[in-house]
Amino acid sequence: MVKLILRKQEYEVRAGMTLLAALQKAGILIAGIIATRRGELIEEDEILQEGDVILLISAISGG
Amino acid sequence: MKCRICRAKAAVNLRQHNMALCKEHFLDWIPAQAERFIKKYKMFSHSERILVAVSGGKDSLSLWDILNRLGYQADGLYICLGIDEGIHYSAESQRLAEKFASGRGLKLHVVDIQKEYKEAIPALTIQSRHGRKADCSICGLVKRHEMNRIARDFGYDVLATGHNLDDEAAVLFGNTLHWAGEYLLRQGPLLLGKPGMARKAKPLCRFYEREMLAYALLRGIEYIYDECPLSIGSTSIYYKEMLNHLETDRPGAKLSFYLSFLEARRAGLFIEHSQIQAELHPCPNCGQPTSSSDVCSFCRLVQGQVS
Repeated sequence: MVKLILRKQEYEVRAGMTLLAALQKAGILIAGIIATRRGELIEEDEILQEGDVILLISAISGG
Repeated sequence: MKCRICRAKAAVNLRQHNMALCKEHFLDWIPAQAERFIKKYKMFSHSERILVAVSGGKDSLSLWDILNRLGYQADGLYICLGIDEGIHYSAESQRLAEKFASGRGLKLHVVDIQKEYKEAIPALTIQSRHGRKADCSICGLVKRHEMNRIARDFGYDVLATGHNLDDEAAVLFGNTLHWAGEYLLRQGPLLLGKPGMARKAKPLCRFYEREMLAYALLRGIEYIYDECPLSIGSTSIYYKEMLNHLETDRPGAKLSFYLSFLEARRAGLFIEHSQIQAELHPCPNCGQPTSSSDVCSFCRLVQGQVS
């Protein structure tokens, strides 16, 4: 499995799918986040590997 | 996904430009584009003194970084709003702004609202006519007043803020929903100065918020990640999320919305500003320009707190 973490929320998705597919599965918009794996930025076509922990950083701020 | 320039693995996909870039070329591209926008909208020149409003967030610190790299004379201004909410939000923001400045040998002005006006933002908001705990408009009013005051008192030519395209598109969306004509006429990359009012520029206004986040991360800029605790649930964040739904399905929708608005206004869709512009005069209390017949909105807000 692959773990996606956005703020305090965690989501689990199957390995082997793209980041974009994983985000869609979790109901997260790619336009509002940057995804990192082991400190490196990854983009929507990245294939997620078994055991990956993907930290999603929210881009939205302000008020 | 490969970098359009060097074909190495891309770090950032700029869907609205149908272009991906590696870390190195993205970090070159952002300042180069910022310089292009500064020139295109005639924001300021290298001989002018710029005051950058820094909040400790990714956008304003990235803006300061970019202007510094481009060789502009840019000092910073941090306004301590006194927001704690159990996470020491203002204290942490100030620490990061000061760390950024000291690490690069940059000058940072610090204004503490509580010290200046006896009450911090949470108390001012509750005591205002709005009567709600969280009201971003009160915070905006205070920040605009203080930014203009420091720019005026220290003789800066221009005030630069880190508003990105998502900020601008959300404001535009809100103003369009309400057909707020006067606000629509004022919104743009550059607001010209008037007597007593500093020129205001938004060099990041064509960069997506996501791009500015990528820039801060790739550049290693330490910024405050937490949202302002008083802005959670705000209308502007709600509009940003709505626009991101649109952007996800239609890459480039936010940029097109904003640029089409600027072009429509330039082409005369709206009436001339001069036809509806209110006459400004100095506030009898603080001296800043106001359209009010009495003291300005800021002075009305702090009346009772100011001795």
